[in-house]
Amino acid sequence: MKILVPVKRVIDYNVKPRVKADGTGVDLANVKMSMNPFDEIAVEEAIRLKEKGIATEIVVASIGPAKAQETLRTALAMGADRAILVATDDAVEPLAVAKILKAIAEEEQPALVILGKQAIDDDSNQTGQMLAALLGRPQGTFANAVTVEGDKVIVAREIDGGLETVQLALPAIITTDLRLNQPRYASLPNIMKAKSKPLATKAPADYGVDTAPRLRTVTVAEPPMRQAGIKVADIDDLVGKLKELGVA
Amino acid sequence: MGKVLLWVEHESGAIKDATLSAVTAAGQLGDVVALVAGEGVDGVAQAAAQIAGVSAVLKADDAAYAHALAENVAPLVAGLMADHDAFVAPATTTGKNVAPRVAALLDVAQVSDILSVEGPKTFTRPIYAGNAIATVESSDTKLVVTVRATAFAKADASGGSASVEAVSGAGDAGLSSFVGAEIAKSERPELTSAKVIVSGGRALKDAETFAATITPLADKLGAAIGASRAAVDAGYVPNDYQVGQTGKIVAPQVYVAVGISGAIQHLAGMKDSKTIIAINKDEDAPIFQVADVGLVADLFTAVPELVGKL
Repeated sequence: MKILVPVKRVIDYNVKPRVKADGTGVDLANVKMSMNPFDEIAVEEAIRLKEKGIATEIVVASIGPAKAQETLRTALAMGADRAILVATDDAVEPLAVAKILKAIAEEEQPALVILGKQAIDDDSNQTGQMLAALLGRPQGTFANAVTVEGDKVIVAREIDGGLETVQLALPAIITTDLRLNQPRYASLPNIMKAKSKPLATKAPADYGVDTAPRLRTVTVAEPPMRQAGIKVADIDDLVGKLKELGVA
Repeated sequence: MGKVLLWVEHESGAIKDATLSAVTAAGQLGDVVALVAGEGVDGVAQAAAQIAGVSAVLKADDAAYAHALAENVAPLVAGLMADHDAFVAPATTTGKNVAPRVAALLDVAQVSDILSVEGPKTFTRPIYAGNAIATVESSDTKLVVTVRATAFAKADASGGSASVEAVSGAGDAGLSSFVGAEIAKSERPELTSAKVIVSGGRALKDAETFAATITPLADKLGAAIGASRAAVDAGYVPNDYQVGQTGKIVAPQVYVAVGISGAIQHLAGMKDSKTIIAINKDEDAPIFQVADVGLVADLFTAVPELVGKL
């Protein structure tokens, strides 16, 4: 089977984002960018399915600026076979991303699309579900374990109270949770090899998708600061504080 | 004021607290019509009708809706949206699973995890793990919104007297089926609605030490138990204990962080707690920048001593 893995270039998860003084957004100039951590898990899962002989080809796709090419090269270095960059400098919302991915999926006919459960920049947690709806396919969100059995896929999902297992008819859409796997590092030889793997560049218009935003960002502000607290000297003081708070 | 369709989240016949917070948010957008979908949900529908602020209840009783499979439930909701202006769901795992599928069926953008309602179509929501708050305005004719439960007061579960009307949808889409669930059993308060939470981090070494250290303190304080991602990844506690950007978002009266350094992703899940208490032996740990009360001490001596004195 063929697997499609969409990946997003986002601010590195270790960087503390700074809000621009004019309130128009978060300052991304000269900030380290990386592959969204959940997408690394998605790429890893696709590779593991290939190593098990279940997947035959892994196509990675990214929708974003020309620099998203680096993110795609990272995925190729991990083990993906080829890449599609849908280049645009606009901020593309999940719904538009889902529409572009739908067009790619119709062209490529993957049996599985594996996405991250959310991107750590907009924290939307929407794209996979929207793609599944647009394609009329089942969705296995927040996946903790994925097992392909014939024309079905069994997905264990992380839910609020614990784990839930669902069975989906293929083709299906899966979104990854943190504990699905531990993504591998790309080795230097593989990084070199990835440079010669195919990478097609497209534009949203090639897929007939209008990326005009539906949501207007009015302002972006710093969250309210917490007042600096105090340090207590010993346990007795701490017990006193807990009693003041009425919990002890 | 429009008509707002509200997703009622329920389990084993009981309405979850997050729904009550979503009612408050939905009430700021219009007339609240509660949707109860499931199998054998008469009791839940009756309970939903009692919630203050709910003006009507729609009950979709069908085996296909029993486990809130998005493939079956989303078309039901999308169909009902012909008569409603907004769909509001709590930002629980079920809400997050279903709402975007509804939004795409309606061809509208979704506003995830709102913190406040600023206007008929304007909301605030956290981005970048809560390091920035965006105010966004929708240009779509219909709204699809998920609500961060800790940001809204809970509506009163009684005092309402809405009528209950049965509705039906297409039923089973034939794409997916429920196999089973492993729900972690706990006699403690639920993490997302607990008044007091005691959370442990990587410093707790292993599952036995975590239980032996954190449980007695949580017992003394009548608290729920939470954990950092590091503690979950290391296998000290199950996944659903995780507090953070990618786990649960909590805002209790008192949050006690034991052996937790305070990484960005953890703070995103708990920094709206009323009072934060931190016990950590590293006095430079970032957790002390948000803690109201800090104790610099080795948790393995401090916590048992604290338990002894409570």
